[in-house]
Amino acid sequence: MTTVAVIDYGMGNIRSVSKALEYVGGDAQIEVSYDPERILRADHVVFPGVGALRDCMSELQRLELDDVIGECARTRPFLGICLGMQALMDFSEENGGTPGLGIVPGRVARFPGGAPGAEPLKIPHMGWNRVHQARPHALWEGIAQDDYFYFVHSYYVAPRDAAVTAATTDYGVSFAAALARGNIFAVQFHPEKSQQAGLKLLANFLAWDGGA
Amino acid sequence: MTGLVKRVIPCLDVDKGRVVKGVRFVDIVDAGDPVEIARAYDAQGADELVFLDITASSEGRATMVHVVEQVAAQVFIPLTVGGGIREVTDIRRMLNAGADKVAINTAAIAHPDFVRVAAERFGSQCIVVAIDAKRVAGPGDAPAWEIFTHGGRKPTGIDAVDWARRMAALGAGEILLTSMDRDGTRDGYDLELTAAVGAAVGVPVIASGGVGELRHLAEGILEGRADAVLAASIFHYGEHTVQDAKRYLAGRGIPVRL
Repeated sequence: MTTVAVIDYGMGNIRSVSKALEYVGGDAQIEVSYDPERILRADHVVFPGVGALRDCMSELQRLELDDVIGECARTRPFLGICLGMQALMDFSEENGGTPGLGIVPGRVARFPGGAPGAEPLKIPHMGWNRVHQARPHALWEGIAQDDYFYFVHSYYVAPRDAAVTAATTDYGVSFAAALARGNIFAVQFHPEKSQQAGLKLLANFLAWDGGA
Repeated sequence: MTGLVKRVIPCLDVDKGRVVKGVRFVDIVDAGDPVEIARAYDAQGADELVFLDITASSEGRATMVHVVEQVAAQVFIPLTVGGGIREVTDIRRMLNAGADKVAINTAAIAHPDFVRVAAERFGSQCIVVAIDAKRVAGPGDAPAWEIFTHGGRKPTGIDAVDWARRMAALGAGEILLTSMDRDGTRDGYDLELTAAVGAAVGVPVIASGGVGELRHLAEGILEGRADAVLAASIFHYGEHTVQDAKRYLAGRGIPVRL
């Protein structure tokens, strides 16, 4: 039986994530936890979150989860969602500059808010937008190219190595909607709120062995 | 360049855990069951759902938490809950139950700083400020709108456009804008109001109040410049499904998720 840990560091809609995993999980055991030992025992790890990166990083350090996440991201199927994707990077522009976990090289930038002269784009980027799969991956199995997913964010991820970009989305800029590297998959959108496409992605994650 | 689509949002008024007035579209066994109705709207392709708790008593309001829990276990689109959100603990309770956003209305007027505190604690993305506005300008004057509370009975003296700007500056991630003049009339949104607020804030605006026909939804987006359109009765009474509405909008050249 697969065990799945959803890392709970007190930020965001953790319950939405665990409920969606339970819905698609069959007999998988879904556990919401901030206990390093329990998280390290899980077969699959989900790192969700919404909000500000600075708060996220200080909570992770307080709960001694920063090294735990690093360990999980090296060793087992790992899914970062929204802030849980941004936190994997080296550095964010948020709050005048905030260091991330440095697991994936790259930075987190604020949306420019539209091209010069064009109608300004609303920030946060909130709602359903198309996700263009940049390459095949086990987590895209059964999901249509350019299908819609639900986004809510004001910052986006710019990986240093473009080869890790697994999908792009357009919002004034073309940004990385998903990253994939080895056993790590990370998404800027909310699969737990993206109806059938999102549930399919979560089901794919639970079935994934972490291979590319 | 953006692929972001306009959202269509059915709204359900809930009293003591039951949907008020019920719904009359097909395939519903219990017309007052919020979970069953939410599932039906989800199946029709609703982009989000808004639940407004109109329960007067605090005991009754506890049942709303159970409603949200049950809906969130079965419906995987964003859920906003409004009504009776007055303190940080109210927000936490709803988010823990599975809501994604809360709509703050009266409490923001009583204590504007509540919006800032809430946005700092939970993130702007889950703080919606709901504004109920009425036209107050006299004939020949420039259009102006004032915020009213208590179902449109109590004036506050606050200018609605200024208020929206202030709420966005304090951290509101979205504005849910209802025209009290149009609500229940089926005459369409107050498009001038919607456009004025949309031009004043950099966050998304949800138009609300007055939809009686599908063309009103298109007008809210094309003329009111709304980012999302909310409606209740046209969906509840089975006149149109959410999917009908989205097909209609697509036919008017508006990007939607079909």
